[in-house]
Amino acid sequence: MRVPLSWLREYVDLPATETGRDVQAKLVAVGLEVETVEHIGAGLKGPLVVGQVLTIEELEGFKKPIRFCTVDVGSANGTGEPQEIVCGARNFAVGDKVVVVLPGAVLPGDFAIAARKTYGRTSHGMICSTDELGMGDDGTHGIIVLSPEHEVGTDAIELLQLVDEVLDIAVTPDRGYCLSMRGVARETAIAYGLPLRDPALLDVPAPNAFGYPVKVADPFGCDRFTARTVVGLDPEARSPIWMQRRLQKAGMRPISLTVDITNYVMLELGQPLHAYDRTRIDGPIGVRRAQQGEKLTTLDGTARVLDAEDLVITDNRGPIGLAGVMGGANTEIADTQNGGSTTEVVIEAAHFDAISIARTARRHKLSSEASKRFERGADPQAAAAAAQRTVDLLVLLAGGTAEAGVTEVAAPSAPRTIAMPADHPDRVAGVAYGRETVVRRLQQVGCDVYGQDELLVTVPSWRPDLSEPNDLAEEVIRLEGYENLPSTLPTPPSGRGLTDRQRLHRRVGRALAGAGYVEALNYPFIGDSVLDQLGFDADDARRRTVKLVNPLSDEEPALRTTLLPGLLGALRRNDGRGSHDLALFETGLVFRPTGEETAAVRLPVDHRPGDEQIAGLNAALPHQPRRAAVVLAGAREQAGWWGKGRPVGWADSIEAARAIAREAGVELTVRNDQHAPWHPGRCAALFVTANDAEVLVGHAGELHPGVIKELHLPERTCAMEIDLDLLEQAVDGALQAPRISTFPVATQDVALIVAQDVPAADVEQALREGAGELLESLRLFDVFTGEQIGEGRKSLAYALRFRAPDRTLTVDEATAARDAAVALAAERTGAVLRGA
Amino acid sequence: MSAPNKSYDPVEVEALKPEEIERMRDEAFAAFAAAGDLDALAQAKTAHTGGTSPLSLANREIGALPPQAKAEAGKRVGQARGAVSKALAARQAELEAERDARVLVEEAVDVTLPYDRTPAGARHPLTTIMERVADVFVAMGYEVAEGPEVEAEWFNFDALNFVPDHPARQMQDTFFVRGTAPDGKPTTGDESGIVLRTHTSPVQARTLLDREPPVYVVCPGRVYRTDELDATHTPVFHQIELLAVDEGLTMADLKGTLDHMVQALFGPEMKTRLRPNFFPFTEPSAEMDMVCYVCRGTSVGNPDRPCRTCGSEGWIELGGCGMVNPKVLIACGVDPQKYSGFAFGFGIERMLMFRHNVEDMRDMVEGDVRFTRPFGMEI
Repeated sequence: MRVPLSWLREYVDLPATETGRDVQAKLVAVGLEVETVEHIGAGLKGPLVVGQVLTIEELEGFKKPIRFCTVDVGSANGTGEPQEIVCGARNFAVGDKVVVVLPGAVLPGDFAIAARKTYGRTSHGMICSTDELGMGDDGTHGIIVLSPEHEVGTDAIELLQLVDEVLDIAVTPDRGYCLSMRGVARETAIAYGLPLRDPALLDVPAPNAFGYPVKVADPFGCDRFTARTVVGLDPEARSPIWMQRRLQKAGMRPISLTVDITNYVMLELGQPLHAYDRTRIDGPIGVRRAQQGEKLTTLDGTARVLDAEDLVITDNRGPIGLAGVMGGANTEIADTQNGGSTTEVVIEAAHFDAISIARTARRHKLSSEASKRFERGADPQAAAAAAQRTVDLLVLLAGGTAEAGVTEVAAPSAPRTIAMPADHPDRVAGVAYGRETVVRRLQQVGCDVYGQDELLVTVPSWRPDLSEPNDLAEEVIRLEGYENLPSTLPTPPSGRGLTDRQRLHRRVGRALAGAGYVEALNYPFIGDSVLDQLGFDADDARRRTVKLVNPLSDEEPALRTTLLPGLLGALRRNDGRGSHDLALFETGLVFRPTGEETAAVRLPVDHRPGDEQIAGLNAALPHQPRRAAVVLAGAREQAGWWGKGRPVGWADSIEAARAIAREAGVELTVRNDQHAPWHPGRCAALFVTANDAEVLVGHAGELHPGVIKELHLPERTCAMEIDLDLLEQAVDGALQAPRISTFPVATQDVALIVAQDVPAADVEQALREGAGELLESLRLFDVFTGEQIGEGRKSLAYALRFRAPDRTLTVDEATAARDAAVALAAERTGAVLRGA
Repeated sequence: MSAPNKSYDPVEVEALKPEEIERMRDEAFAAFAAAGDLDALAQAKTAHTGGTSPLSLANREIGALPPQAKAEAGKRVGQARGAVSKALAARQAELEAERDARVLVEEAVDVTLPYDRTPAGARHPLTTIMERVADVFVAMGYEVAEGPEVEAEWFNFDALNFVPDHPARQMQDTFFVRGTAPDGKPTTGDESGIVLRTHTSPVQARTLLDREPPVYVVCPGRVYRTDELDATHTPVFHQIELLAVDEGLTMADLKGTLDHMVQALFGPEMKTRLRPNFFPFTEPSAEMDMVCYVCRGTSVGNPDRPCRTCGSEGWIELGGCGMVNPKVLIACGVDPQKYSGFAFGFGIERMLMFRHNVEDMRDMVEGDVRFTRPFGMEI
């Protein structure tokens, strides 16, 4: 809502010194979001006067037609002589009244006017257009031609109200009444403690039976319909300057007198109005729901197919308007400016159901000035006054005659009341306002208040948002000033800190960052193409996605089922920007439809839904596990003066999983696997044991070369993805501290030869089990293949450290343990002691 | 050793003359001093303290002296030998120190050599700043609550008093999730009742359904709205929500909690300002501002020093807040006669932008390591 300060002053006697910024601060404090204050005509300086064109001499020989004019500006030029002005515009004639700027003046944009030579003549000033005066576009792009009654020499700055301030207010959905001068004026009056001149306080004739016939078939959708008729309108009549200027400053374009008047009254009172050309209506006006599929062409020229829920205005032929949203083209009014000759109009001032209007506006993607106001709740009691105001202006400005008939169809309604303890606002705010203040503030916003400790508050018709005691409390607190609220700290009960799960999530992030990974937070939007590029089979569960109705891009209409697409995208972006040695990670949710989602039922809001209902609603949601993933490319260690670098390898990605498992205190079991998008020979499946069962929690390894090519990734890119929720389930209580023996260690090395395809993990497992309790630690320190070992075989060299808790081990004891370890490895994996 | 010669005249033994012993001693001193390194000193040591050194030989001659001369000669030689071995030790220590110092010089390296063998990792500043905010409240006794990102409309809107078709529901540009038809194919309408949560506020409802008051929680998380990515918008962003429901909570408590938060995060001189606003799930509602973190209000009315962060307003808009609407309490089974509450929520991206002078939203979105790495582990 754009509010010209000059217009606002018509309803509230603000101190003359009050600037737009001052008013802004006051209104912001009471809760109107004044986003900007625009200074119209800032820097404008006269003389700028009304002149009358005396002579026009067409100058020949220039690229465009040029006129040399003499203009009578009265005594404004100090001499009374005609002013000589060169002008390039042509939309004026001898005798026309125009706006003349004289030398010494400054126009908006710091445009200083001086006499100057041009086209072989001297121009002493300019004849002005709307653009030059900063009045906004009036659609003509020409010289302003005033109506003849304006006297020569009159100050045009005042006449055209060129200097003003306009407050632009973002009106929140609860404050529909502030989409009017009346509403903003009311708030201004309260903020300043000044009286309000309410423009809706008009004498309105009583309804009678002679008005234009109106039949409301849906009194719920339309609980009030006032119709008035004005005849004998002068189709030549034009909107006066003051009205045009106010409309322009409010952000609307003047169109024709009748339309301007309905817009003006809407801005003034907040009541949307519609004027029908009476000669174009066929029979009584009706209000009903549309028939499914009915058609209507609205004023914007769009042919619309109506829905059975749409509320329409009809005549005998069918719909003539989309009620409360936009009128129909078939009953549009037009004056001579628009090539028409409407002389009789029926004025509609109605009140429509907010939700019905909202749905229609949304369904037809048609948000109009009218629908914006009805959606937020217009004042039903203002309809008659708005109709009267419109009639008055049509009579005054268009020479019309109001017919005596006054139609008013109104559904019965009672004022709304709210019961509230008088100290409720005090308890909400934590401030002792006292009953007197509470009552006074409520009365200021238009409430009637009765009662002592228990108040009975009747809310004004323009405040449909006030329905609960807290709504009233807000009115009191905001008017008393949010800035005056004290600052106190409540004392919560002792908290338990972060949960184990939350702490784990933080630790995982820290561990990965500590290992050199940089976190990237990627969008979860994906499309089928990336799932193809990742080489997922047709029946891969990761292809079953949650899909959006309104994705930002049709290429990515689904939610991620794996973190890899986003991370790999970030990897490629970094690589493309010249960072080639990369280690990235992300933790976040993936979205996995269970295939068993129930329909999401709309639960009640007037009481707590039952636990089964809540469980049912949760069952409508997809599974949303939290995962962690890493991707790597380039060098894991840089080359430098210390020696060679080391490229990223499959083992790095598995180590990332191990680092995460370590943070969880969970042992990770790694096995060879074949799983897209990984290299079939370099892919690890990751398992943990939870509740005595082994659970697959993720995969790691080098990506498939085909995937790397498809996705344009750096060669040998590696990746890991792990399900943190599953991992967390494997967490098994508090760590049991190891016992530290201080007796000497006995070290034994063994080299075992096994077949190439025997997993080292199996050999290690056998050694550990075989070695028994004396084994303190075991480490694989070398893997060797070569001729000495034989084709298809490999040698694994382990260092075994033995120690007893209670004594120094003898060589025999250590050797026996080692032999037992080797024996079990031999039995399980066919291992042969090298050199044996 | 020869038998004592009682008739021997000590003056006759040349080597035991006092001036001779002094000379031997001084020669040893000179040799030690002349030894330039430990090897040379070792040679000098042999030459002047070894078994065949002059002083050793002189020592041997003492036995040949008459008894009356032995004591004096013995004393003289002993003193000389003592002085020599002392001088040797001193020179030894001196040369060792020289050698040690030289080794240290020789082992010196250029410590300015860079060592970027494994580049450092980092957590995303949005993650760490969210944790930091949460920790302020955890320290006060709040707990951290979480909820799903794909959320039922009932939690995201209805339970929070967003009435269907109310304009407020359109204020937040919502991603709707397709429903699943019985045949498993996605449906085409937006009637599934499932959305990507548009704010972290549904966690309020979930928490209230889950716990008995008193409830004091913060809910950090990811939220979604249908804005195209540009310098100041992103369709995927982060919020942190606070909810307190207890007996007797007031707007003054809300104000105090906000003040505490901005002081904990931005410094003790920080303060907040509340302006009336509208949110369906709070009543009364307010917009919360904090003193501009960058200019601290000094840019107001000071056109020479404009502030880009606050537009020279002196205040930065932080987010929305208010007293929990009793309708929300009712929908979640909390008795509004007994309990009241306050809530607030704000965008993490915005906070990161003004706290760390981030100019372009895209930097936080694209995962460029050059942006994230400097933020390290904590913020």
